[in-house]
Amino acid sequence: MGTADFVEIVVKSLVIIWALLTGFAYMTWFERRVIARLQSRVGPNRVGPSGLLQPLADGVKLMFKEDIVPAEADRALYLLAPLVAVVPAIMAFAIVPVGPSVTLFGRTIPLHLADMNIALLYFLGLGSLGVYGVVLAGWASNNKYALLGGLRASAQMISYELAMGLAVLSVVMLAGSLSLVDIVNAQAGGRWFILLQPVAFLIFLVTMIAETKRAPFDLPEAEQELVAGFHTEYSGMKFALFFMGEYIAMIAISGVAVSLFLGGWRGPFAEQVPILGVLYFFVKLVAFLFFFVWLRATLPRLRYDRLMHLGWKVLLPLSLANVVVTALAVVARDTGFFGLW
Amino acid sequence: MKPYAVIGAFLVIGLLLPLMTVMAATLLSPRKPNPIKQDIYECGLKTVGETWVQFKVQYYIYALIFVVFDIEVVFLYPWAVAYNQLGLFALVEMLIFAGILLAGLLYAWRKGALSWV
Repeated sequence: MGTADFVEIVVKSLVIIWALLTGFAYMTWFERRVIARLQSRVGPNRVGPSGLLQPLADGVKLMFKEDIVPAEADRALYLLAPLVAVVPAIMAFAIVPVGPSVTLFGRTIPLHLADMNIALLYFLGLGSLGVYGVVLAGWASNNKYALLGGLRASAQMISYELAMGLAVLSVVMLAGSLSLVDIVNAQAGGRWFILLQPVAFLIFLVTMIAETKRAPFDLPEAEQELVAGFHTEYSGMKFALFFMGEYIAMIAISGVAVSLFLGGWRGPFAEQVPILGVLYFFVKLVAFLFFFVWLRATLPRLRYDRLMHLGWKVLLPLSLANVVVTALAVVARDTGFFGLW
Repeated sequence: MKPYAVIGAFLVIGLLLPLMTVMAATLLSPRKPNPIKQDIYECGLKTVGETWVQFKVQYYIYALIFVVFDIEVVFLYPWAVAYNQLGLFALVEMLIFAGILLAGLLYAWRKGALSWV
């Protein structure tokens, strides 16, 4: 690697982190505004035009808040937990291609950080690591509510991870690669995988909401029964880090969903004008994020036994069946069995 | 090798972000601890007994089933990537493998391990 490569990596990393942070801040504003509108309220509109400076005000406030650590907490783990919640969420975005290659200063720069041949395994692995942040927080707080929240989170996340892995698997079979760049390229010309894999898309949609612990799967932090769940004892900036982790995970998982099923940055004329590709990607991403918020305003929380029932007895068999059907269809296509394609 | 080096660099930068925000907040925020403030939050009451108690064994059973299935799913990944080149043989082999997976799931189901009680 030359110096230019190194500079490119550092600049791209910083841009991604800046974009995720801004995305996180404005996602909080977006969510509050949209939910307010859905509930016939106004929402935050006083700080700056339409309340656009609200996230900044919240950030400054949290910076100056006292950080209360419970006397009986496990201090090392208590500090470690928010970090473990945030870092995997940030890391997951590294594999998402946000656009085609662009030429800047005479260099061809691909608009993704790392194109690994194991990208999706890396993504699923980071998803599992995210569980540790929640479990450690629940354990280290030395609080019964927090412990229950952590336990619930771990059981929920591992249950839905299986179905998610199998849903991703059926896309991998069509694309023949684990790299998100290859998967986006396989969807060139409007052959989006949502058309070929509608069932996998639905399963992925449900599991991605469960994995990010969002309503209606927000049992780990069910405020009516568990106060605030695993982050009951957290305050100040550490509390904010859990939210940062949750929102960045939402953005990253939406980015992966867009690349897997909605053709990533692809769209009309995106190859000729790279900036259009980035725009398409952004629009699709926002559509997913709006869906997250819309669900939260619409659906009540699931009961815990129903949640487990849905994960293990509905989604897991369904995704397994989907993999088998996809396998049969791919063989039928390759052998010209139906005379299709 | 290059993408892994990139990921490594990204990890360092990604770790710096939360560390720096926590450190900045530690420098900026007030710190006036007192015993009541640092108590465990339990809706105003004194907490009774140990917090780190025995928990429901069901969580553990789910974790056990998960480990088995997760490894089986991971085994399917290399198969799926190479599926385009493998053809009918791979299909038959996968059907057997998926059948074993399904039998395991049905066994756990019949034993009641998947029902939350």
